[in-house]
Amino acid sequence: MNPTRKRRLWTVALTLLAAAAAAVMITLALQANRSYLVTPSQVLAGDIPDNGRFRLGGIVKEASVRRSEGSLDVDFVITDRLEDVAVRYSGVLPDLFREGQSVITEGHLEGQRFIADEVMAKHDETYRPVELEKALIEAREKRDAEQADDKQTYDKRPNGDAVQ
Amino acid sequence: MIPELGQVALILALLVAILQFALPLWGAQRGNAALMAVARPAAYAQLSLVLLAFVLLSVAFARQDFSVLYVANNSNSLLPMHYRITAVWGAHEGSLLLWALVLSLWTGAVARFSRSLPPEVISRVLAVLGLVAIGFISFMLFTSNPFERLLPAAVEGRDLNPLLQDPGFIIHPPMIYMGYVGFSVAFAFAIASMLDGRMDRAWVRWSRPWTNVAWAFQTLGIVLGSWWAYYELGWGGWWFWDPVENGSFMPWLVGTALLHSQAVTEKRGSFRNWTLLLAIAAFSLSLLGTFIVRSGVLTSVHSFAADPARGVFILVFLAIIVGGSLLLYALRTPPANDGKPFAPLSRETLLMINNLLFSAAAAMVLIGTLAPLLFEALNLGRISVGPPFFGLQFGILMAPVVLLMPFGPFTRWQREYANRYLPLLRFALTAAVLALVLAWLLGDAFTLKSYAGVGLSIWIIAGTLRYAWQRLKSTASLNGETAGMLLAHLGLGVFVAGVLLVESLGVERDVALAPGASSEINGYRFEFQGVERVQGPNYRADRGDLRVFDGDREIARLHPEKRAYASGGQIMTEAAIDPALHRDLYVALGERLDARGDGATVETNSWSLRVYVKPFVRLIWLGGLLMMVGGFVAAADRRFRRPRAERPEEPAEAA
Repeated sequence: MNPTRKRRLWTVALTLLAAAAAAVMITLALQANRSYLVTPSQVLAGDIPDNGRFRLGGIVKEASVRRSEGSLDVDFVITDRLEDVAVRYSGVLPDLFREGQSVITEGHLEGQRFIADEVMAKHDETYRPVELEKALIEAREKRDAEQADDKQTYDKRPNGDAVQ
Repeated sequence: MIPELGQVALILALLVAILQFALPLWGAQRGNAALMAVARPAAYAQLSLVLLAFVLLSVAFARQDFSVLYVANNSNSLLPMHYRITAVWGAHEGSLLLWALVLSLWTGAVARFSRSLPPEVISRVLAVLGLVAIGFISFMLFTSNPFERLLPAAVEGRDLNPLLQDPGFIIHPPMIYMGYVGFSVAFAFAIASMLDGRMDRAWVRWSRPWTNVAWAFQTLGIVLGSWWAYYELGWGGWWFWDPVENGSFMPWLVGTALLHSQAVTEKRGSFRNWTLLLAIAAFSLSLLGTFIVRSGVLTSVHSFAADPARGVFILVFLAIIVGGSLLLYALRTPPANDGKPFAPLSRETLLMINNLLFSAAAAMVLIGTLAPLLFEALNLGRISVGPPFFGLQFGILMAPVVLLMPFGPFTRWQREYANRYLPLLRFALTAAVLALVLAWLLGDAFTLKSYAGVGLSIWIIAGTLRYAWQRLKSTASLNGETAGMLLAHLGLGVFVAGVLLVESLGVERDVALAPGASSEINGYRFEFQGVERVQGPNYRADRGDLRVFDGDREIARLHPEKRAYASGGQIMTEAAIDPALHRDLYVALGERLDARGDGATVETNSWSLRVYVKPFVRLIWLGGLLMMVGGFVAAADRRFRRPRAERPEEPAEAA
């Protein structure tokens, strides 16, 4: 093998090695960054990630917000209109946190209650987290399928939540 | 009448852009001087027409013409005049018009300040810029017309997004666009040189000042955006790795690589093909950035306009520009490299490492930004890629940059000897160690990260100053290029200190306070006075009142607000900040902590507040501004103004 060809071979080999290393690193890093958005139905079905930490999304149930005067602690219920999960949070709630509006929380389960350390509401009236939208639609479709036998009619837009 | 005039101006601008693209390009291929001579007048005509359209849209906003759909959607009779004007670029259609205007400004500047270039080169460059203009103006006319009528006219407008009713927003988008679009000049020069087929080093020299200016504007735009997000979004963060931020950051990273690679190609002839590729990549990523912000494909704070149909147009346009230029690159680039050879230890090698790291960082950001889309498209599940991923990966890639940077200027072209670094090492390492000792003695609650911030920052700053001193000793003056480089490198040193210190020492605390109560955070006592109702021009606000004490001394009075805008009912948190170089005190008003439960509410005077103490956060933007100044200073180097003949030239960077 002549020196030029040998050098070229080395260059190609090293380039491939570097590319492979980069691909592996990035895949691993992305895997570690998987974050699951879970709906209340999934929580009750026990369908949550192994490490216990996840994001819970849904709608803040009407008349579920509770707080004692002057306290940062707040309790509320997140619902996907099928199942409910009680949530506790301590801190400043986002501007757009409202009963009947969608919300995403991050934290872990303690018994039956979700302890959130972060609460995110949608950014403005037209914006909704796409992934939450999908999760809610999936939950609804599941219910539709279950109820198909009963031939029950069902309003696709409960509570005026327009699907974009 | 005015909107129709604007529409006509845009249509004419499109026709002129077609002429500006087709005739000079044809003329350059054929060597026809008359056709080539069309380029300059066409560029000026296009500038005048797009400017006219822009002014007419501004007039429609100023006069509150709610029969124009775009005005009705983004203005309101209560909106103050200065925000009516900036509302022009507050949403999709108008920001495209701004894009087109900035492009025609750059085009006009190239036409004006390139008299000394050969006619074939300048006509090809202007033709390529014309092609880009065709894409953007027809995008506007066919999918997002800012002059579309709303008949019957709306009685009242929907108002500008309150997030955008802010002084920071007045200048942030134009500056970002100056950067985005500015990379089109380097791109056009690269394409022209490939069409030309000669590919000598001259094109790099001509495009260098333009790249520097574009990069400087891009830097300024990113700094302004970061600063705006910091005080306006009320989360106290300065960078969120949000897709839109990434969209502006990728061209910046590739642009940084391009600046350095252009220096090598101009001076040594090496990396020529690589420089071409970077010029293509920088502009392609600028287009991608525009696409990310404006298509709504990626959900984000910034995606005000969500319309996939427009996304398809940009995708096709992107495919034509990127695919076309890469095809040209594949066909027209000679495999041979005419650069001078260099040893493993040389300035070329260091700049090559710089290029590898910055390109890798841009690729990493690109992958991280697009990964959620790809995972979903390939049914691999949903992922969210956020600060943990970007922060770690970016840190890994930038650590060598920070460590190697001071060596760069000291290193000579072609070959360098390791022992010549001794003076640098002695000086910069001593300075860094002294700074660390000082930090250890004076610093409070310092972590490893804070020490790293101090050490690395002083390493860069001392190393850079040591080089400046050596240069001044031997030549008694610095040329613009060197001075600009040193300023930008110092800027990075300042930036690194800001980032690592604020990340390691910053404090965030949620507190509940009744009037008269106070809370002690990081040695500062925040005393809550209460909240009052105030009326703004187009909003009502709850206005908090806090006195901040350092010991017994009152050092600041803060008034954070929570605003409810009259139209749309949007709620906005207006944080109150007491800025200083060594720390920011930052307070955001939460909500009134009424007792709630069982459907009943008992009112109270207690409020929740989020308080931040942010040490040295200003250094982040100060460092960015230094980098920007460096970019402009380098572009102003007189050497760039005498491209060929010795006769004096107009400045080539007054864009």
